[in-house]
Amino acid sequence: MASGVTRPGAEPARERASTSAVRFSHVSRAFGDVQAVDDVSLDIDDGEFFSLLGPSGSGKTTCLRLIAGFDHPTAGTIELHGVEVSGVPPYERDVNTVFQDYALFPHMTVGENIAYGLMIKRVPGAEREVRGREMLELVRLPGMADRRPAQLSGGQRQRVALARALINRPRVLLLDEPLGALDLKLRQQMQVELKAIQRAVGITFIYVTHDQEEALTMSDRLAVMNNGRIDQVGTPADVYEHPATGFVAGFVGVSNLVSGETARALTGLPATFTIRPEKILIREPGASVTDGMCWADGRVRDVVYLGAHTRYWVELDAGGELVITQQNVESTSMDVLAARDRRVRLVWHRLHNRPVETMG
Amino acid sequence: MSAAAAPTRRLSIYLYRRPALALILLLAPPLLWLGVVYLGSLFALILQSFFTLDSFTGQVVRKLTLANYRDLFVASNIDIIVRTASMAAAVTVAAAGVAFPISYYMARYATPRVRALLYLGVLLPLWSSYLVRVYSWKLILAREGVLNWTLVQMRLDGVLNWLLSLPVIGGPSLSVSRLGMFVVFLYVWLPYMILPIEAALERVPESLLEASADLGARPRETFRRVVLPLAFPGVVAGSLFTFSLTLGDFVVPYALGNSALFIGQAVLAFQGTAANVPLAAAFTVVPMVIMAVYLTIARRTGAFEAL
Repeated sequence: MASGVTRPGAEPARERASTSAVRFSHVSRAFGDVQAVDDVSLDIDDGEFFSLLGPSGSGKTTCLRLIAGFDHPTAGTIELHGVEVSGVPPYERDVNTVFQDYALFPHMTVGENIAYGLMIKRVPGAEREVRGREMLELVRLPGMADRRPAQLSGGQRQRVALARALINRPRVLLLDEPLGALDLKLRQQMQVELKAIQRAVGITFIYVTHDQEEALTMSDRLAVMNNGRIDQVGTPADVYEHPATGFVAGFVGVSNLVSGETARALTGLPATFTIRPEKILIREPGASVTDGMCWADGRVRDVVYLGAHTRYWVELDAGGELVITQQNVESTSMDVLAARDRRVRLVWHRLHNRPVETMG
Repeated sequence: MSAAAAPTRRLSIYLYRRPALALILLLAPPLLWLGVVYLGSLFALILQSFFTLDSFTGQVVRKLTLANYRDLFVASNIDIIVRTASMAAAVTVAAAGVAFPISYYMARYATPRVRALLYLGVLLPLWSSYLVRVYSWKLILAREGVLNWTLVQMRLDGVLNWLLSLPVIGGPSLSVSRLGMFVVFLYVWLPYMILPIEAALERVPESLLEASADLGARPRETFRRVVLPLAFPGVVAGSLFTFSLTLGDFVVPYALGNSALFIGQAVLAFQGTAANVPLAAAFTVVPMVIMAVYLTIARRTGAFEAL
């Protein structure tokens, strides 16, 4: 452990479970009648970039606060590197947080903010200065040490918050929607940088977000949360290609959820399945269908031109509606918008139908 | 648009297009009040302090002189100034100490309902007459009063008598002593300390305290390095009230004091019985100078940087 607090008895336990940075065992957190976190069990490996993905109110931020120690579970146990942490206050956990609102101290300079953790640990001033400067270099804000947080832009504040959390060299870094307040360009740039920083420092990142693209871009693995429960844990490709529930299919990317009569008409079985919009091809009515393909006839109800691709809503003769996206490789906005009200045949490979649990 | 409404509509459009004119029209009356009535009388007061009183005729001589300020610095007057300033300082420090926990509770822990009740409790005394409250305290603190009775019942009257036997702060009874005066000052100015501190603490986001704990600071360190610096402007704002109000007050020293005068009483005496308005004016300049020095020091310590 580079820094932080060593408690007696911690070492043997850590060696026994050295791969798990964070372990949730049947953790629940209730606020009155509301189960913010409901019987969650989860293992996060040491050194991985792990995302908690879910809509607001799904319990992902509560999970993060439980790890940081700002909040405590009403049931279940949490282990950090094999050590049970119930009742351990935040200031004794080897974990640091990047807050959603950055939570920079307004009465301190950028340099003082970043070196705060070192000052608390009574690290000598000279070393504080050196490490503070290193951190500013890492987050690409050299020479900003004497500014006040109020003088920085949103993106710069975000970097300061990151540097302040990383300077303690925690074993786990918690990030609570840190890019939420930034504009799209900056967000995409920071996603790449965050990932690069995580690789450089090699510590476990636990990243809370409601932005599925962000989670897919950066994570080694992610957990999709819904109503205080975890619907699915897996790699981004896994979660995207094989959504475990209808909720996951709908939340991670856009997905068509087909069930009941429509499903029977398309596949012969009433089992609910999902089909990704980009997997469906649009053909002329009556176009031939090869073996192993699914097809459906319908009428284009609406078309939205999105620049790089176009999104179509097709009303099926068999009932229901499918969303289809197509790359605008050669088509122009004039072409695609003219498709409205046209009759089409939709064709896709049967392999892309993903059966899901109907609950969710 | 009806014909009757048209002129007002034209006027509002005219003003909408000329925001500077609208601003001048809005600000002129209050600025005239502030500039002429308020600053004007202040100027008159300061000017007055450079005039002098003809001791033979009792007439004010309108000739600029520093005579009053020379008179100010005789030993008895310096005693008055030191006495008042040290009382103001003691009241301010004690008020900050008493107000901080109350404000902290109101800002951080109290439910909205409890907070509303506490606000009411803090403000309610301000709705009743200041004189009534001061004289009520005189009754409470009197030898025959409820406080003395309670202490006797608790067999603690020895402690009180010991305190009253001390020089400077003591006296024949709490109701005629510097100690009693301090207690009443603390009571009457406490709301002016609680409210600004509470407002300052309320503006400190919870996440700053969490961030501090997250970075390894124990609650005591978080308090010292985050809460206190951010609440300090509130403490300074509150202390401006308690300090200046104590400096200028004459009712409390009159009700609970003895022949040792405070600045407020001295001003009253000079311009009343002695009819020496110039010297009284010079005396009122003293609290102003003290406050100016105090503000400068507060600024130097960075009290307003977090504002």
